[in-house]
Amino acid sequence: MLTSGINLFVVALTVLNTVAAVWLLVWMRKRRGESQRTEDTTGHVWDGDLREYNNPLPRWWLWLFVLSVLFAVAYAVLYPTLGNSKGALGWTQIKQWEQLQAEQEKQAQVILAKFADREPDDLADDEQAVAIGRNLFANNCAACHGSDGRGGSGFPNLTDGDWLWGGEPALIQTSIAYGRMGVMAPWAEVLGDKGLDDAAAYVMSLSGRKAPKGDVLAGQQHFANFCAACHGADAKGMTAVGAPNLTDNIWLHGGSMEAIRYTIANGRQNVMPAQEHLGDTRIRLLAAYVISMGATRVAQLEP
Amino acid sequence: MKHDVIEKNVGLLGILVAIVISIGGLVEIVPLTMTAEITNPAPGIKPYPALQLEGRDIYIREGCYVCHSQMIRPLRGEVERYGHYSLAGESVYDRPFQFGSKRTGPDLARVGGKYSDEWQRLHLMNPRDLVPESNMPGFPWLADAKIDASVTPKKLAALRALGHPYSDAEIAAASADVEGKTEMDALIAYLQGLGTASKEWK
Repeated sequence: MLTSGINLFVVALTVLNTVAAVWLLVWMRKRRGESQRTEDTTGHVWDGDLREYNNPLPRWWLWLFVLSVLFAVAYAVLYPTLGNSKGALGWTQIKQWEQLQAEQEKQAQVILAKFADREPDDLADDEQAVAIGRNLFANNCAACHGSDGRGGSGFPNLTDGDWLWGGEPALIQTSIAYGRMGVMAPWAEVLGDKGLDDAAAYVMSLSGRKAPKGDVLAGQQHFANFCAACHGADAKGMTAVGAPNLTDNIWLHGGSMEAIRYTIANGRQNVMPAQEHLGDTRIRLLAAYVISMGATRVAQLEP
Repeated sequence: MKHDVIEKNVGLLGILVAIVISIGGLVEIVPLTMTAEITNPAPGIKPYPALQLEGRDIYIREGCYVCHSQMIRPLRGEVERYGHYSLAGESVYDRPFQFGSKRTGPDLARVGGKYSDEWQRLHLMNPRDLVPESNMPGFPWLADAKIDASVTPKKLAALRALGHPYSDAEIAAASADVEGKTEMDALIAYLQGLGTASKEWK
């Protein structure tokens, strides 16, 4: 809202400007009378014989000018033009946007209604649901998990059947809606240099591999003391706190000796942002797509 | 007045031209600078905390605005993709504003919280690690460069002189807030704060 002074200023300038345009037209028409002969010149002479015609404005141009003034007046009446005036139509860009948004949402709801309240597990077998889920995934998830869902270092692979926070449809839905925050504490100060080597060696041994250095038995002791609380005594992880299974040779932050040692020393903080704003049905569709992705991959992997 | 009087008098011509071309600006721009809903902060909008302010300076220095806009227009497709349209009152503490004029990359007005800090870090180091088809350059040197904490309080004080309501305590603590932080930390703090003042704008 403009204050009344500024409002007056805007209205006065706009009206004056329009009136000035009309005055210019009338002025030009007057001159037309005095200069009917096309050989009438302005009287300027350059280079001895170059003169400037002083012809009247072409009629079509004059009428265009009149039309544009009429257009301006009509526009000022219908649309918010003169200062705080709302215009006869009551149009605003926000109203127009809200209307388009509502139409779009209505159309979307017609499609989404088919999938509302259905379980993601069931939706994963519905071709249309999976297709919509794929688009939602590309728009909202692919930046981190990759367009093929295989993730990357620090970003979980969704196609390998290994779930940090649980692979049950309801848990996948929760992960999408509210996000996740995985936190592992740093252990460098507690374990010291040798302790880190030993612990890393033991963690490597869990997936049946031999570490280049470190005492596995000492590492096992460290594990029981510090790590088992989250990763479990059997090191198979705990989905309730997002602690990964350390025995399956699937690594979120790298499985080399250096990477494991780095993770133990410095801890990890991994955040998945919440997607609650998508709404319940879209989240179900996303969960369905994630399930379908894992299912196909697992089936393909089986001999 | 005959128009040859104007044509033969450059000074008069200049004055009249200036009057004609200034009318658009006088009607459309000048009143905006005196309109409350445009010059007052939107609900929840506060001056940038020290670290975010330093990050904002990195954003400007590295020319992020050349490819990224921070202005979501009230158009359906844009709101669908980027979130609630931008409000004038959200930019009152942006000097200069970062609306941008070109989108080679996406709009960033509401990018805060869309990705994790770690995602932003990896993405700024080398965008193609996360988005294989990205043509954004990497900014790995930001991770090594430290923020110069000695100038941060001066920046806050200068902005306060321009009307940003920083408190004495905030200015006194500014150096400590950015001490030891890298330019990468500052830029990520800035990005993660963008557009997050209200939940309604998601």
